[in-house]
Amino acid sequence: MLEFVTTRHNPMIDPALHVWGWEVPVYLFLGGWVAGSMVLSGWFIRQGRRPGQGSVGFALPWLGLVLLSLGMGALFLDLEHKLYVWRMYLTFQPASPMSWGGWILILVYPFLALAALASVPGDLLARWPSLARLAERVRDPAALRRLGSASVVVGVALGIYTGILLSSLGARPLWASAALGPLFLVSGLSTGAAFAHLIARQPDEQATLLKADNVFLTVELALIGLMLVGLLTASAVHIHAAGLLLGGPYTAVFWVFVVGLGILLPLVLQTLMASHRIPHTVVAPLLVIGGGLALRFVIVYAGQYSHWISP
Amino acid sequence: MARLGMVIDTRQCVGCMDCVVACKTENDVPDGFCRDWINQRLQGRMPDLRLTITSERCNHCDNPPCVTCCPTGASHVHDYGKVVLVDHGKCIGCKACLASCPYGARFIHPEGFADKCTFCIHRVEQGELPACVAVCPTHAMHFGDLDDPNSEVSRLVVSRRHFALKPDAGTQPRIYYLE
Repeated sequence: MLEFVTTRHNPMIDPALHVWGWEVPVYLFLGGWVAGSMVLSGWFIRQGRRPGQGSVGFALPWLGLVLLSLGMGALFLDLEHKLYVWRMYLTFQPASPMSWGGWILILVYPFLALAALASVPGDLLARWPSLARLAERVRDPAALRRLGSASVVVGVALGIYTGILLSSLGARPLWASAALGPLFLVSGLSTGAAFAHLIARQPDEQATLLKADNVFLTVELALIGLMLVGLLTASAVHIHAAGLLLGGPYTAVFWVFVVGLGILLPLVLQTLMASHRIPHTVVAPLLVIGGGLALRFVIVYAGQYSHWISP
Repeated sequence: MARLGMVIDTRQCVGCMDCVVACKTENDVPDGFCRDWINQRLQGRMPDLRLTITSERCNHCDNPPCVTCCPTGASHVHDYGKVVLVDHGKCIGCKACLASCPYGARFIHPEGFADKCTFCIHRVEQGELPACVAVCPTHAMHFGDLDDPNSEVSRLVVSRRHFALKPDAGTQPRIYYLE
């Protein structure tokens, strides 16, 4: 028998840690989406797509600017000492993934803005000569290729950091997995590809995005498996944490909304779509996007609930 | 440089909560929050039961994850005694430190910054004991330099069986409990 009595009653800590509400999962989801969009946009631009050809590669940066701003807004809402947020940008703490993330977010904006600027027709910029000159320089094929490469690199950094941010917090055993960074990156790529597929107008881009998303979903499934195997073969606290998703309170929402509806069903639908056995449908991409959001909610909430079980 | 730590004798602690009240008074801890608390663990089978009472707080770890994860440097290791402190003016309230602490020792102060035990650094720098140690009616709590082999805390750790909280979390806590 073990009877445990505590006099501690701190809000957000007791009876179980719950310091992050909806804001952080939403931010992680939007950040991942932007990361995926940047990588795909950069890849299309590197492939030689040019502004004015209707390529989705030049529409995604606009979306990225909006989503990233919304994500940073959610992050700001989560802060408890909001007026001190500028403190984040007076220092760089190399050991803190959150510090890295803060600076990566700042780095992302100019690349998104440059790619977006490249897609603005020259006559619309006539009133702003300096912007028009900058857009002209960005539209140079060599500059576009460099911008595409940089977008891929910065997008990967943004996507992977959102997972490392959690996995670096060792006090939460569920997050103590090296697979979490790649998992969030691939989930972001999958979300980005699903939405890009929704808005793409060129058939070859649609086909490429569909196939790419199927690869991302398959890798995501493998990474989830690796994460669970890693936890189940580690110490008692990690096995206990994995139990939250394998019979514990987060099992149903994880397997139904993340794995079932968010990965497996769209994977089946998109495989049928890719082989032309069913027509293209918005259902599969929407399920992927919903699954990406559900993944962030489950991981953030269940991770906070996981704890060291020794006295 | 000193490495301040605490040794608490679980055989002498009666769970009176004087330490909790002293901390709240000394540090003006807001209502509904606590920087230190009492845990009671009753283990065994009737009639062979064992009650362990522990007065707990921030462990001022040698490997503090709250300092590592802080994006602004607000959580830091103070020069004096290597005590882990929070600079309220630098804290943005991101709560990463709360999530990184396996002891649940931190909370968000109603004014928005992360707060926790300071080992009463304002008293210690004046040569006084932390408030919780000073008021303990059974003298169960001891405080001093763990790097000084002749200090009371070092001698107690060497001479008595002891344990630390969640040692497998890898944080190297600096509060020891005598069995």
